Amino acid sequence: MSEQKVFAIPNVQTPSMPVIINPDACIGCNKCVEICPIDVFIPNPKKGGPPIILHAEECWYCGCCACDCPTPGAMTFNWPLPLKPRWRNKETGAVSQL
Amino acid sequence: MATWHEYLINEGRPPEWPYPIRFGQEQEIDTDVLVIGGGIAGCWAAISAARQGVRVALLEKGDVSRSGSGGPGCDHWCNAPANPLSRVDPDEWALRMADHPYSNGIGLQIQCREDYDTLLEMEQMGGKIRDTEDEYVGAEGRDDETKFMISPRYGVSPSYAPDPHIGEPGFNPPEKRNNVVIRVWGSTFKPLLKKECKRLGVQIFDRVMGTSLLNENGVQGARVVGATGLNSRTGEFLIFRAKAVILAASGAGSMWLMSMEHGGYSNMHSRNDSGDGTAMAWKAGASLTMMERTGTIGIATGLKHKWYTGAGDASYENVPIVDAKGRRLPYPIQGWEDAGAMSPTAETTEKIHEAILNGEYELPFYGDFPAMSEVERRTTWNLMLGEESTTKILVNTMKDGGFDLGRDQLLSYKFIEGQSLPQWRDAGYGGGLLVDWNLKTTVDGLYAAGTQTFSPEDHSYCAATGRYAGRKAAAYIKEVGEGQISRDQIEKEKNRIFAPTKRTGGIEWKELHNGLTRAMQYFVSEFKTERLLKMGLEEIERIEAEAVPQLFALDPHKLMRSIEDLSMIEYAKIIIHAMLARKASSAALGLKRIDYPEMDPPEWDKYLTLKLVNDQIQFGELPQRFWGDMKQQYEAHNKDYTGVYTPNK
Repeated sequence: MSEQKVFAIPNVQTPSMPVIINPDACIGCNKCVEICPIDVFIPNPKKGGPPIILHAEECWYCGCCACDCPTPGAMTFNWPLPLKPRWRNKETGAVSQL
Repeated sequence: MATWHEYLINEGRPPEWPYPIRFGQEQEIDTDVLVIGGGIAGCWAAISAARQGVRVALLEKGDVSRSGSGGPGCDHWCNAPANPLSRVDPDEWALRMADHPYSNGIGLQIQCREDYDTLLEMEQMGGKIRDTEDEYVGAEGRDDETKFMISPRYGVSPSYAPDPHIGEPGFNPPEKRNNVVIRVWGSTFKPLLKKECKRLGVQIFDRVMGTSLLNENGVQGARVVGATGLNSRTGEFLIFRAKAVILAASGAGSMWLMSMEHGGYSNMHSRNDSGDGTAMAWKAGASLTMMERTGTIGIATGLKHKWYTGAGDASYENVPIVDAKGRRLPYPIQGWEDAGAMSPTAETTEKIHEAILNGEYELPFYGDFPAMSEVERRTTWNLMLGEESTTKILVNTMKDGGFDLGRDQLLSYKFIEGQSLPQWRDAGYGGGLLVDWNLKTTVDGLYAAGTQTFSPEDHSYCAATGRYAGRKAAAYIKEVGEGQISRDQIEKEKNRIFAPTKRTGGIEWKELHNGLTRAMQYFVSEFKTERLLKMGLEEIERIEAEAVPQLFALDPHKLMRSIEDLSMIEYAKIIIHAMLARKASSAALGLKRIDYPEMDPPEWDKYLTLKLVNDQIQFGELPQRFWGDMKQQYEAHNKDYTGVYTPNK
C-alpha cells in the first residue's frame, strides 16, 4: 500500500455532485458561478481552473449551470441517485435508468 | 477535482473564502424606486419603472439572469385572454377566474387586461413566443398565421378539474375553445429581462438579500422610504434610500419540511424562497391577508421523485397514462380530449386504486409517448418540458441518456410513491400583502407584485403585476419628496443581522430550520385546535428565545441562510396568529379546526387581515370581492395606460 494522506473530514454532503465537471474541457470562465441562484459553486482559487462545488446539498436542480455552460462537454448534470428517471422500451419492456 | 473535499485532499487545505469579507461595512444607495426581488415580477417592475424615466435599483438574492421560480424557464403564458386567438372577453374572463372564494380580483383583472401586452414586450426584448422556425407545424393548437402555439389548458373553463361533459360527442371542439393559454419558449426570458434592465440603466445588486424595510423616521406603519440588504458573498450591509419600494420577493419557504435527502428541494421552489419580503413588510406595519391558508405539498418534497420526472405531472399535456400491461388509465391528460384537465376527480382516483388492488391495473404506470403523434409528442417534450422552469435539464440529460420519445414510455411515480403526509404542508402561495388598485400596500410608499400579493397566480401574473406596480410606483414618486430614514432603525437591524457572525459554535441554520419545521409539523398541521396552535406559538417563541441567540454563521452565505431562517420564524408566527383568529374551518383555505368543525360558515365568509401597530397585532376583515367592480375599477385607475411599450418613445 502506498502512503496516502488521510484527512479528518466530516461526512460529505448528500448529494455531493449535482454536476460533473470535466477539468480538461472546462475553461474556468465561471459562468456557472455567476448565474447559479443558490451559489452552489465558488471560483477556483487558481485562475482558469474549474469551479469548486461548495454548497452541493442546497442545489434545487434547476439545471441552469449545465444549460447555460458555454463550453461543450465541460459540465454534465448529475441527477442524484434517488432522482434518476426511468423508462422502458415499449416493444421489448426493457427498463433503463439515467 | 470539483468538490470541496477533493480540493482539500489535493491542496492540503480548504479553499479560502473567494470574496472579500466585509461584515457590517456599509454601502449607501440613493434611488427613486427600489425593487426587492429580481425574479419575474421584480424584473418587470424594474423595467416598467425605468421606462417611466425614474432611477431604479433592483436587488436580488441570487443572480438576476436565472434567479426566481421562473428563472430557468416557463412553458405556459397562462392567462392571456387579450390575445388575438382568444374567444373570451378579458373582463369576463377575469370575472370567471376570480369567481371563487379568496381569489385576488385586482391581480387577475390586471393579468387579464395586460399580460398579453406584457408578452408582446417580452417578444420585443427577444423572447421567443411563436413557432417562428416552423418546428411544430401540424400540432393541434398551432395557429399558422400568428404562429402562436395554444395550449389545451382552460379549453372550456378556467379550471384544472375535469369537465362533466368530457367524452361526449363534440366536447371541446377546436372552433369553440377559449384559447387563453399560450405555450412559450420561456427559457429565453430571464437573461433577456436582465439585459433590458441593464439597457435601461437599472442599478442591479446581485447576491443581495433584502432584510428590512425602512419606515419614515423609523415609525412602524409610516411611509416606507428605503430598505436594508445583506450581500451574501461579502457580508456587506447595504442601505437603500428610495421614494418608493416594490416588494417582489418570493412566497413562503419550506416551513413544514426540510428534507435531509434533498435539502435544496424541500418544496417546489428553491431554498431562496424564504418569505423574507412578507416578514419585512409585516414588521414595517403592512396589512397581510389569507395568512391562515395552507395545503399539503403534493409534489417536490425532496422525499419523492422530482417534479416532472414522472409521467402524469403538470405539463405532460396529451400524454396518455398506461399501466404496466399497456392499458389506458382514466387519468386526465391535460390535453385536447379533456380540455386541459389536470386533477382527477376523487371518484376516478378511488376507481384506479380499487383496480390496482383487484389486479385490473398492474403497477407501475407509464407515460405512453410512442402512442402519440410525432408532432404532439415533440410539442409536449421539447416545447413544454424543454421550456418549463426546471425541466430543460431533464429533457437534455434524458436525451443524452438514450431516452427515445418514439420508442420509450416514461415511468410514472403516481401510486407507487404514495400520497404526501398531511404534515408536509406549504403556506403556499395564498397569504400575502393586501394591495389596492395601484398594487400599493396599506403602507404609503410600499408596493407589491407577483407572489408577494395575496392569492397570486402564475408566471404571467407575476410579469403583468410587476409591470403594473413599476408603472404605479414611478407615478407615485413624481408626487412625493425625499423621506427621512432612521439611524436607530438601521443600527437595530445591523445588530440583528450580524449577531450570528460573532459566534463559531451553537446552532447552525440547518438545525434551526429543522427545529422550526418540526414544531410546525406537530402543532400547525392536520389537526388544528386552539390548544395545539397556542403550543405551536409557544414553541416557536421558545426557539426564538433560546435557539436564535445560539445561531452561528461562518461565512456570508451561511449568514444569509441564517437570516432566511429568521424570516421563516416570523412568517410561521404570523400564520399561527391568523389561524387562531379564524375561529372556523374553511375548505378553500385548507384550514380544518377540530374545535370549530363547521366548514365555511357564512359568518366567516370574509378575508381576515392582520398588521402590526406599535408591535401589537391588529386584526381586521374584508368582505369577499372587496375590490368592487373589476372592470370599472381597472379603467378608473388606468386612464393613462398606453399599452405596449414603444422602444423609441
